[in-house]
Amino acid sequence: MIQKIPWTLLVFAAAFFVPAAGSRYYTFLANDVVIWALFATSLNLLVGYTGLVSFGHAAYFGIGAYTTGVLMKKMGISFLLAFPAAGVLAGLFALVFGFFCVRLTRIYFAMLTLAFAQIVWAICFKWNEVTGGEQGMPEIPYPNFDWLEKIAAWLPFVGGYRTSDYFYFLSLVLVAVCLWLLRRVVGSPFGRMLTTIRENPERAEFIGVNVRRYELAAFVVAGAFAGLAGGLFGIFNRGVFPDFAYWTKSSEVLIMTLLGGMGTFIGPALGALVLIWLNQQIVSYTQYWPLVLGLILIVLLFVFPGGIAGAVESAARRLRRRSAHA
Amino acid sequence: MPDPSFVFAQSLSGLTAAMFLFLIASGLSLIFGVLRVLNFAHGTFYMLGAYGAYQFVQWLGATGARFWLAALLAALGVAVLGGIIERFLFQRLYGKEELYQLLFTYALVLVLGDAAKIFWGTQQKSLSRPPGLTGALSLFGATIPYYNLFIILLGPAIALGFWFALQRTRAGRFIRAAALDRETLGALGVNVNALYTGVFVLASFLGGLGGALITPMRAIVPGMDTEVIVEAFVVVVIGGLGSFWGTFLGALIYGQVLSFGILFFPRFSIFSIFALMAAVLIIRPWGLLGKPLK
Amino acid sequence: MLDVRDLKKSFDGFQAVSGVSFSVPRGSISAIIGPNGAGKTTLFNLITGHLRPDAGSVSFKGREVTGIAPHDLCRLGMGRSFQRTNIFPRLTVLQNIQAAYLCHRGRGWNLMAPVDRLYRDETEALLDSVGLLDKAGEVAGFLSHGNQKQLELGITLALEPEILLLDEPTAGMSAQETRESIRLIERIARERGLTLLFTEHDMEVVFTIALRITVLHQGGVIADGTPEEVRRHPEVRRVYLGERR
Repeated sequence: MIQKIPWTLLVFAAAFFVPAAGSRYYTFLANDVVIWALFATSLNLLVGYTGLVSFGHAAYFGIGAYTTGVLMKKMGISFLLAFPAAGVLAGLFALVFGFFCVRLTRIYFAMLTLAFAQIVWAICFKWNEVTGGEQGMPEIPYPNFDWLEKIAAWLPFVGGYRTSDYFYFLSLVLVAVCLWLLRRVVGSPFGRMLTTIRENPERAEFIGVNVRRYELAAFVVAGAFAGLAGGLFGIFNRGVFPDFAYWTKSSEVLIMTLLGGMGTFIGPALGALVLIWLNQQIVSYTQYWPLVLGLILIVLLFVFPGGIAGAVESAARRLRRRSAHA
Repeated sequence: MPDPSFVFAQSLSGLTAAMFLFLIASGLSLIFGVLRVLNFAHGTFYMLGAYGAYQFVQWLGATGARFWLAALLAALGVAVLGGIIERFLFQRLYGKEELYQLLFTYALVLVLGDAAKIFWGTQQKSLSRPPGLTGALSLFGATIPYYNLFIILLGPAIALGFWFALQRTRAGRFIRAAALDRETLGALGVNVNALYTGVFVLASFLGGLGGALITPMRAIVPGMDTEVIVEAFVVVVIGGLGSFWGTFLGALIYGQVLSFGILFFPRFSIFSIFALMAAVLIIRPWGLLGKPLK
Repeated sequence: MLDVRDLKKSFDGFQAVSGVSFSVPRGSISAIIGPNGAGKTTLFNLITGHLRPDAGSVSFKGREVTGIAPHDLCRLGMGRSFQRTNIFPRLTVLQNIQAAYLCHRGRGWNLMAPVDRLYRDETEALLDSVGLLDKAGEVAGFLSHGNQKQLELGITLALEPEILLLDEPTAGMSAQETRESIRLIERIARERGLTLLFTEHDMEVVFTIALRITVLHQGGVIADGTPEEVRRHPEVRRVYLGERR
C-alpha cells in the first residue's frame, strides 16, 4: 500500500509551497538542499554505483559555478545559455581529467582526482582577471524573471513572489529534471554495467565491459551534473568563490552521500537534506559544527554504514520478515 | 637575475620547510606502507604536537632545555593519542571498505580540530626559539637562523636513524615484512595487530614532533592541519607512497619547487605543486622511488 | 580452433611460463594439468588477455589475438571462468546473467531504457539450463559455493562463446558436487557444440571427460596427447609420483 503512493511526486509538489508556507529563511534552506541534493546524487553515480571514490568532485561544481558566473556577470549572457554551459564545460573538464584518472585504481585514483581539484582551485584562486582571484565574483545576477510576472497576469498564484523565491522554483524544476535524468541513467543498461564494474571489475571485463571507457563515461556524466549544480549554486549563493573547488567541499558532499546512503538513489538527496538541516540547527547553538559532523560521521561509519536510507531499508526488511512470519 | 645570496637563502628556506614536511610525511608514508590507509588526520597530529609543545612550555616554562622537553612530551602525547585511536577505534574498521577507513581519518580531522579550538581558542599562538639557538649565521651573504640550520641537520639525522632502525632492528624487519605481506606475517605468529598499533604510534610521534619543532618558526593556528596534510600528500605522492627515501626525496623536491616557485612565478607556485603531483600520478603513479603497481 | 605458440612469461626473474605450445581443435574437450605452480593459471591469463606475454603468440579461430584486452576477446567468442568464483556479489542471480546478455547483445551503452524487463526470457532460459531458475531472485553473494560456480558458468554461457576456458571448475567442491558439476558442463558443451579447455587438479575428472591432455611442469609442456598416451608417459609418471590423486 505504501509503495503505491507516488512519494516523489508528492514531495516535489509540496516543495513548491515552501515560500508560501515559510519564511525567506526556509526558502533559502530549501534551495540549498535542492542544489546539494543534485551535487551529492551526481557524486553517487561514481561512488555508489561505479565504486569509484573521488576526492575531487568539487572541481566540477566549482567549474560549473564559475562558468555560469563569468558568463552571466561578465558577459551578460542569459541564464538559458549560461546554465547548460556550466554542465557542458564541467563535463569537458571531467573528460580530460577523467581520462587520466580512470587509468589508476583506488587510492591513486582518489589522489589524482584530489590533485586535479586542487589545480582547479589554484587556478580560480590566482587568475584574478577571469575569476576574480581570492575575492571571487560577488553579485552574480539572478536570471531574468520578468516573463513570470507577465504570466502572473492570467495565473494569479504565480505572481507576487520575491526574486529569490522565483529562483527557488527554477532550481526546484531544474534539479527535478536532472534527478529524473540521473534516475533513468542509473536504471538503464549503462547503469547496470556500472554496477558490474563496482561489484567485480575483472568479471565485468570478461563479459565484454570496457571498464575504462565506462568509468570515464560515468566520470563525465557525474562531472556534468555536478557542474549544473554548481551553476545554480553560484547564483543562489550570490557569489562564486574559489573554495567551491577546494578539497574540503569534496569531502562535504562525500559525507552527505554516505550519510544518506550510497546504496540507494535517493540516499544522497536525503543526506543533503539531513546534513543541511542539522547544520542550521547546530550552528545556532554552537560554533563547533565540525566536531558534531565528525562525531556523526564516526557513528555512521561504525554503526550505520548504509546511511539513513540503508538503515531504513534494513528496518523495513526486518518488519516485512516479521509480518511474513506472524 | 636575482642576487645569488638571495637564491641561496631561498633554497635554504626551502630545505627547512622540506625537513618539516619530511617528518610529517614520513609518518604518513609509514602508515600507508603498512596499514594501506591514507591518514587524513596526520596533519591534525602535527597541529596537536604544536599546541602540545605550546602547552607544555606554559606549564614548564621556557628556560634552558625546557623547550626540548616540552617538544618531546608533546610528541609523546600525540603518539599515545594515536595509539589509543588505533587500538580502540581504527582497528574495528580494518575489514571494511577503504572508503570507510579514509572517512574515519577525516572524521578525526573534524573532531580533533575542533577539540583543539575548544582547548586553545582560535587566537594565534607562538613560541620563541629555544635558548642556544637564537641568533643567526651569516653564510654566502645570507642570514640563516641557527634554528633553521638545526632543523636542516635534524631532518636527515632522523631519516638515517629511522632507515637504520627499519633495516637493522627486528621490529624494523617486521614492519617491512608487514608492508609486503601481512597475512604471512600473521601466520608466522607475529602479533600483527600490536604491530599496527606500534606503527601508528610511531607515525603519530613523528607527526607530533614535526609540529612541536615548528613552533618557534610558525604561528600555531587552527587550519594548520588541513594546510599541511595536502602538502604531505603531495610529498608522499612525488616520492612514492610507502617509500621511506622517496618521502625524503619528495620533501626536498617540494621544498625547492615551492620556494623557487614563489620567487620566480609567484602566481603559479601553488598551481605548480599540484600540477607536479598530478604529473607524477599520470606518468609514474608509484612515484620516484616507489614500487611499480601491479 | 585455439593455437598457442611458444608463450613465455616471467615475473621478476621467475619464469612462470617458458615456451608453451599446444592446439585445441574445434569441438574437443582438452585439459591442462600439472602440479601446483606449474603455471596453469598464468597460462590461462596469457590466453585470455589478462596478462601480456613476453614472447609467443595466441591465435583463436585463425586470428592473432595475443594480448588483446579481455573485453574484446570475449566478443570474439572466448568465454572464461575463474579459479576463485567470479560473480557480481550484490546483484541477484538473475541480474548477474542479465548483465552478461546486456553487454553481449550490445545494449551496454543505452543510457535511458529501463533495464528490468530486458532479456528476461533468455536469462530465465539460461538459468533453467544451469539449474538455478528457482534461485533467480536471490542475492548472488549469499549462494553456496557450488551454486556460485553454476552461476559463473551461466554468466559465461550468456556470452554465447564458442570455446569455454574453465580454470579449475571443480576447485573446492565435494565429490558429489564435482560429479554433478562435470555432468552439467559436459551436457552443456554437447548441447551447444562448445569447445572446452580446462585446467584441473582432480585427475578423475580429467581422465573421465578429456579427449586431449597437456601436461605442464614448471612452466613447460612435458606431455601432450590422448589420455592413454599421457597415462603411460614416463615423464608424467615421474612428476606425479607421490601425488595422491
